[in-house]
Order: sequence, then structure tokens, then C-alpha cells
Amino acid sequence: MGIFNKKIQPVYTKPGDAGVSQAFKNGNVMTKLSFFIFGLGNITNRQIVRGLIFLAIEIGYFIYLVSFGIGALGDFITLGTVEQGQVYNEALGIYEYSAGDDSMLCLLYGVITLVLTAAAVFVGCMSGKSAYCTQFRKEKGMSIPSFKDDIRSLTEENLHAFLLAFPIFGILCFTIVPLIFMILIAFTSYDHEHQPPGNLFTWVGLENFKSMFSQGSKLAATFWPVLSWTLIWAVVATVTCYILGLLLALLINRKGTRAKGFWRFMFVLSVAVPQFVTLLSMRTIFNANGPVNVLFREFGMIGATESIPFFTNPLYAKITIICINIWIGVPFTMLSTTGILQNIPGELYEAAKIDGASAPTIFRKITLPYMLFVMTPNLITSFTGNINNFNVIFLLSGGGPDSLDYYYAGKTDLLVTWLYRLTITQKDYNLGAVIGILVFIILATVSLLTYRRTGSYKDEGAFQ
Amino acid sequence: MRAKRIITDTACHILLAILSFIWVLPIFYVVLTSFREESGSYKSYIWPRGFTLDNYINLFHGNNNVNFSRWFMNTLIIAIFSTLLSAFFVLCVSYVMSRLRFKMRKTFMNIALVLGMFPGFMSMIAVYYILKGLGLLETGVLKQVALVLVYSGGAGLGFYMAKGFFDTIPKTIDEAAYIDGATKWDTFVKITVPLSKPIITYTLITAFMGPWVDYIFAKVIMGNETPYYTIAIGLWTMLEQEYVEYYYTQFYAGCVIISIPIAILFLLTQKCYVEGVSGAVKG
Repeated sequence: MGIFNKKIQPVYTKPGDAGVSQAFKNGNVMTKLSFFIFGLGNITNRQIVRGLIFLAIEIGYFIYLVSFGIGALGDFITLGTVEQGQVYNEALGIYEYSAGDDSMLCLLYGVITLVLTAAAVFVGCMSGKSAYCTQFRKEKGMSIPSFKDDIRSLTEENLHAFLLAFPIFGILCFTIVPLIFMILIAFTSYDHEHQPPGNLFTWVGLENFKSMFSQGSKLAATFWPVLSWTLIWAVVATVTCYILGLLLALLINRKGTRAKGFWRFMFVLSVAVPQFVTLLSMRTIFNANGPVNVLFREFGMIGATESIPFFTNPLYAKITIICINIWIGVPFTMLSTTGILQNIPGELYEAAKIDGASAPTIFRKITLPYMLFVMTPNLITSFTGNINNFNVIFLLSGGGPDSLDYYYAGKTDLLVTWLYRLTITQKDYNLGAVIGILVFIILATVSLLTYRRTGSYKDEGAFQ
Repeated sequence: MRAKRIITDTACHILLAILSFIWVLPIFYVVLTSFREESGSYKSYIWPRGFTLDNYINLFHGNNNVNFSRWFMNTLIIAIFSTLLSAFFVLCVSYVMSRLRFKMRKTFMNIALVLGMFPGFMSMIAVYYILKGLGLLETGVLKQVALVLVYSGGAGLGFYMAKGFFDTIPKTIDEAAYIDGATKWDTFVKITVPLSKPIITYTLITAFMGPWVDYIFAKVIMGNETPYYTIAIGLWTMLEQEYVEYYYTQFYAGCVIISIPIAILFLLTQKCYVEGVSGAVKG
């Protein structure tokens, strides 16, 4: 029995095994110093190349910090102090601009410096851990890996680091840094009146959030209607596409239907065409003078010069967009549900038929619960996708018809298309960033709440 | 009973016919208009008075504003490069997440999930300035490089699908390889990748289709450099107020030309998609 009670001595063979605090606590002086002078522990233990790489990173970081980084951090706090000035040049008789600080660049370089600092701290921890690991191996009389071994380990136990390096670098540059940057902008006064390089903008704290929610302001008067339309749109678009797509799949899959492949192909065709092509052509088709209105005129349902305001009347526009979205979404659902429908155990249906259940009852009591069980995660994804459904709104109605009550938004604008307008057209970057953060909060809450309540999360075996 | 079934069957077929008519009609209208002889945008009738191939021919002999073949090549080049890059990223990340166990694995997956919840183009402005800071927005060609980076830079986050696929490849195959002395890298290159053809095809094709249909990023980065436009912004430009009268029918011709390869690719992916979802080697 003794063998089980014996405390197993941890063996530190590679830097990742020891925790940072552990390495710092148990390490000798050299190891402790390695946290501040990168690579010291490695160099003193004949791991010259590894140590030098650590050291080179540290030196590089400090050179960056001294030559540029400290100034960038200072600017990051103030966001620039020197405003661009105009100086009248009498000799030439023109105004000349004197270069001022660019708050935008101050913010950007500040963020980059912070990220680099975080990276340097990370490398420091690695250096300390690596020193501790070497120290440990030396004390235990184990061999100390040479640089060759380090390289070889990249294809073996450190393969993850090797494979992840490039993707993570890409994600850092094109997702994380921009995101931090935009989140920070939500706390500045970077709007159309404070456009660098002409003007400076500064930190304003929660001011933007306050104005977004304050009673009676035009922003709040825009935000709430846009939010409610976004939610209505997301729910309606998800539900209609799902239910109708499911019904269509059932219709095609029922026993009596002939030439299933042909029918499927007819619907898949509309999915295969690139979405912006269908959306743009839909926009022209429902235009005031487009074929649909022409058709109505020819049938005499409306006058020869009249047209149905498909995109110019708020209510019509909303209905039109939802209908067009059904046209786009139903084939998608049909495609993804077909396979799952075929997996529903046949006995369930037979038993229901013997009990005398009608077709609608079977659909409501068997098909729908089963499909919902399997596809809830899928539904949540499409719901969040619809909240962010930029293409459909932007390419169909462009958010219009515009409303004077709103702050640069139209009656069919979603939060994302409003964000687009605020940033691209209106250049109110701070408000755009606030909306982005709010959309994130909404999405995070919705996905967390719903996903935890779903059957597939709570009870994985319900239908097995 | 039998009579009733025949009636329901007929009703279903009629319903399907009506529905597929509705679904095919807009596509048919696009094709129809692309062959229309009369220029100009909206007409007070639907069936064209005459048919011509000129819309297609003119697309490829355009003037400065509309240079369809150039746009097509631009998009093709951008698509090829960003496909290679992002497929590489996706495969690396998904293999690591599926097969290798290390400390930060769970953290990384959670971060990826959270990052996915921010609206994609919220960071667009920042990306724009970063690219500008890197000097990638100086000339048209550099802008194309920038576009490739934008399309593939964050691709590593979309690893869920491929990871799911890798999860279904039995671990015993890997273990057998380790026993034979293969390193993990060998296993990845020589065993996992060859076994993953469906999901690799799927990843490649979805990445390839991205640049053909993206409008927003391309527009923000390209600005007014018409010769370097991709197809999507090019076609959008043709519908702008000042061009629409002249280019209306050509727009539809362009749509048809673009849709054919994309549709073929999509129908091909469909098969890989199903295989990709259902898993790799059984047993």
C-alpha cells in the first residue's frame, strides 16, 4: 500500500511544467535573476544559444522602450498635447500647418507598446521558468538539453508552440490589437468634431455610454428603437427561416415525393449563387420601377405610375426584408436539416401513427422537439449571426428609409449597420465603438443564457 | 385511403412546384436581363424586346471605369493567396487544439469563442490604421497584399469545424505511429493531413470564396483605386447612381459570370461539407 501513499516528486523537465511562482520561490539566485535579466540562468549553465535568444529579446525590448516606447506610453496617457496649428507665412502669403500630435497614432502606438510589454513580461516568465528547469535538472544530475535538442523539441513536445506561433501572430495583429484599440476608443471623444490630425481627442471616461443611455437625447432616441428592431429582426428571421426550412425539408423528404434530388437542386441553386449577387438583384427587383412593381402595374393592381414602396415605407421595408431573408435562408435550413431528419428513429413515428396521431400532432410532438434538441446550438449561432447580419440589411435597403428622429440611422438599420454608418460615413468612432461593445454584451449574454438552458447541454442522452 | 393519398401527393408536388418556381424566378430574371438587348436600367416591361451577347462581350472590353477582366484577375490572385495562408493557419490551430494537450489549450479556445462575439468590422478602422502604419496602403499592389493579410490574418480563430473533424480520426492511428518512432510533426504531416482530405477541401473552398463575396473590407481598403477593385466592389460600383443607366445589363452579365464558378465550387463543397461533418475514418 505504501506505494500509493508516497508523495510523488514532480519532475521538471521542460519549462512549461513549473509554475511561475514555484520557479521564483524554489529557484536559486541565478534563477531569480533570470526573471529580470533574461536568459541568465541558461547562459551560466552552458545553454548559450537559448540564453542569448532570451537576452536578445530583452535588449531589443529595452531599445524599443527607450527610443520610442516610453514616449508612446506618455502620449497614450495624454493622447497628444500639441494641437495642429496654423501659421501665416507672410513671404508666401499662405497659411502653413505646423505639425501637431495625432491622437489616433498616440492611441495606436500606446496599445502596441502595451502589447509588446505584455509579451516581454511573458518572455521574462519563460526565461525564469527555463532557468529553474535547467537548475532542477542539474541538481538531479540529468542531462541539460542543448540548443539542438531545443530545436528538435519543436517537432515533438513543443509542437504546439511551433504550429501556433504564426496563427497567433496573425490573430494578435489583425484581431486582438484592433479590438483593444476600438474598445479604448469607446472611452475617448473621437467623433466627427475631433478628427486627427487636425484636432486632438482625449479620454472622456464613460461619457459616451452615458449619452447613449441618457433620457431625451437623440442618441438614446435612436439606440432603443434600433435595438428593438435588431432583436425583433433576429428572432423573426431565425424562427421563420428555421420553421419554414424544416417544413420544406419534410415536404421533400416525405415518402410520396418523387424526384427528391431534383427538388433539392432547385432550392440549392439559390444558395449557390453568391449572396451579394442575389441581394443586389433583389434590391433592383423590388425597386420602385423594378419588375415586381411593373408586374403589379400590368395586372392593374396599382396605377400605371404608382409603385409599392417596398424599401421607402418603414413597415413595408421591414416586411420586404424579412420576406427576402426567408427566400435566402430557407434553402440553407433545408440543406442542414435534411440529414438530421433522416436520423429520427422511425419507431417514434410508427408508434405515433398507431396511437392515431395526425400529421400536425406528429410534427409538433416528435419532429420539432427532436430537431430543436439537436439543433439548438445551431439556432443560437444563427440568431447571433442575424444580430450581426450586416449584408442583408446593407445591400438591400442600406438601412433606409432614413428618419429625421434618429441620429444618422434609418428605420431598418440594425445595430451593426448603424455602427457602420457612424464609423464610415459619420466618423463618430467613439459611438461606433460603444455600439460594438454593447452588441458584444448582448451576444455574450444571449449565448450564455440560452446555451446553458438547452436540452443538449443539460441532458445529452435524451434522445439516445 | 388510396385516393386520399394520391390527392395529398399531388397537392404536395404542386406546392413544391410553386415554391421552386418562386425560388428560381429571381435567378431566371438575372439571367434573362443579362441577355437583354436594350440598355438602360428599369423598364416598364419584363420580357426583353431583344436578346444579345453584347453585355458579356462589353464586360471584357470595358473602358477605365469598368475593367471586369482585371477585377476578376485581382480577385483570383487575392483569393488564391489568402486561401493558402488561411488554410495553413486553420489546419495548424485545429490540429493543435484537437491532438496536443498543453496548459493554455482551454484558455485559447475560450478566448477564440469570446473574440468571435465582437462584430467583425468593429475593428475595421483600427485594422485600416495598422495597415497604414505598416505602409501597406501606399500603392494599389500593396493594398492587395493588405487585403490578403486582412482576409487570412484572423483565420486561425475559425478552427472549430476542422477541429471537430480531427477529433473523429481515431487516436490509435497516432499512437501506432509514435510506437514506430514518428515524431508528432511527422504524424501531423504524414498521417493526419492525408486522412483529412474532405475537411481540407472544405477549408480551402470556403477560404477561397471569401474574397469573391466580401464587400466591406475590400471597399474600405481599396478606396477609389478602381483598377485594383475586387469583383464584389466592382459590381457594386456599377449599380451606383451615375453608372446604373449605362451598366445595368452588364451588371447582370457580371453577376452570371461570377455565379457560375462560385456555384460549381459550392455544389462541390456540399459533398465535402457532409463528409466533413460526419467524420473521417470509422472504427
